Amino acid sequence: MTTASGFLRRGSAPATAAAPRTGRSRTRRWIGIAIVLFALVLVWEAAKWIGGDPWRLHGTVAGVQVDYEHVPPLDWRIASDLSLPHVWDIVRAFVDPAQRGGAPLGVVLAGQAAFTFGEALAGFALGSLLGLALGVAFVHSRLAERALVPYVVASQTVPILAIAPLVVVALKADWLSVMAVAMYLTFFPVTIASMRGLRAFDPRSLELFRSYAATRRQVLWQLRLPTSVPYLFSGFRVAAAASVIGAIIGEQTAGVAAGLGSAIINYNQYYTSGPERLWATVVMCTLVGFVFVGGVNLAERILTRGRYRPVEGLL
Amino acid sequence: MTSAGVPGGGAVEVPAVVEAVGVGKVFGAGSTAVTAIESVDLSIRQGEFISLIGPSGCGKSTLLRLIGDLTHPTSGTLAINGKPAARARSDRDYGMVFQAPVLMDWRTIAKNIELPLEIMGFPPDERRRRATELLKLVELEGFADRHPWQLSGGMQQRVAIARALSFDPKLLLMDEPFGALDEMTRERMNAELMSIWRRTGTTIVFVTHSIPEAVFLSTRVVVMSARPGRISQVIDIDLPAERSVETRESERYFRLVTRVREALRQFEPTDEGPEVTEAERVRAEGLA
Repeated sequence: MTTASGFLRRGSAPATAAAPRTGRSRTRRWIGIAIVLFALVLVWEAAKWIGGDPWRLHGTVAGVQVDYEHVPPLDWRIASDLSLPHVWDIVRAFVDPAQRGGAPLGVVLAGQAAFTFGEALAGFALGSLLGLALGVAFVHSRLAERALVPYVVASQTVPILAIAPLVVVALKADWLSVMAVAMYLTFFPVTIASMRGLRAFDPRSLELFRSYAATRRQVLWQLRLPTSVPYLFSGFRVAAAASVIGAIIGEQTAGVAAGLGSAIINYNQYYTSGPERLWATVVMCTLVGFVFVGGVNLAERILTRGRYRPVEGLL
Repeated sequence: MTSAGVPGGGAVEVPAVVEAVGVGKVFGAGSTAVTAIESVDLSIRQGEFISLIGPSGCGKSTLLRLIGDLTHPTSGTLAINGKPAARARSDRDYGMVFQAPVLMDWRTIAKNIELPLEIMGFPPDERRRRATELLKLVELEGFADRHPWQLSGGMQQRVAIARALSFDPKLLLMDEPFGALDEMTRERMNAELMSIWRRTGTTIVFVTHSIPEAVFLSTRVVVMSARPGRISQVIDIDLPAERSVETRESERYFRLVTRVREALRQFEPTDEGPEVTEAERVRAEGLA
């Protein structure tokens, strides 16, 4: 043999794969979220301190007689107890019974949130499938893209409030129409993201596939779809948030009583007698969104494990 | 595997792998038409290692892409293993390696090597067997389950070569595969490619900018000139079949390097020539 192999010393192994995100930076992220939440509460209460309604603390606290009255120097309507209830009132609303002698509002809301989440998830799943199918069709057919994309865009300029009643009348079945409305808001971001992602491959890799005499289907499954994953997940994140909105609007139009949509209508009607209950419902809606988007993020992390060089200190 | 046929010693009848007659390629049409290459005649026999070298814009990459059916000639005829290039492509006669490794970042190293085998429908055990074998060939045994980002540029290019060899293509087409590597790595990769070629006997067409690389690797160097791109000279490299570090220091090697350089200069009087290291130049000119 040649002395060639003498040259061929294997390079030293690169550092073992680090976890894409270290435990420490994850902790740091949660601390960041907590700090922002705390700052938000602080600003909220500061506004009320300066321009809110007067309040009085009267009674015994730990055996000490307390009698304090706070009269804010200014009078801002936006900081009144009706517009911005005290944070502790909102927190307490979760614990107080929703109806006289009933379960705490938090428990009721959680049940409604689970129901809405189910609808949103179903709408998201079907909408994403539809969105991806459209994306696949559009990147494979210029004709389909030119003819249909304008209508896809147009579909999203029509207010969902105008579409929802049509869907409800057409489908009748309550649960189904709610899901359809969620789906209507979901497919669009996925279509846009997939059109981008399915074209994002390196042109040289397409030449490589050509040299293997790969079929269009193989190019789709082995090149286009894997390349599109990060793009798709950007679309999924938007779609996940939109599907919750879609489900809530769908519930309200269809008159489905079991979800957060009806809770919003309900506490809207009794806002003056208990604004903190509507606020508690709003908090619950955002929690549903967080859980949903968090789930999407988790799925992405699992699906792309090991694929990228971990980026240190950028998050 | 049989050792590769030595060029010039051609008493044995070997079939042509590439047969190009009057091949030309014009991009565009009308007043904006650009002639990339013109009337190229080239015959490549089985087991040869052919380098295409020439200034930028001489159409060497275009010629390689024509052979690989990634683009089509506008004139002349081109036969690969006695059939049209498109047919050769659908018969999976080609292995391709580009300047960039173009690995799939979602696949592990072993899975990257298995990609063409998956597409061609090889059974899973066979795929794994070949991937293991090839990882050994390119000396990356321990890296099967790593992802591309965990490998250096040279290592990634070795994976690309292993991938191209995975399905035993009759013809390996390489477009400046080591162009992005530093000189040291490049020389090491040259030696490695040399030994792979000798072990597999695959016919290789290799595009390069580097004169020493072309001379060290090839059985024949095809020198091309620009505007329009055509073959200006074909130089037989009659170095011993066994090539090593000593080859790079032999007088014969330097004489051939000089010959290639002069052939290039003849058609490219400007100083915009292919790059050669200063050391190579001093040594080559001292001996010539």
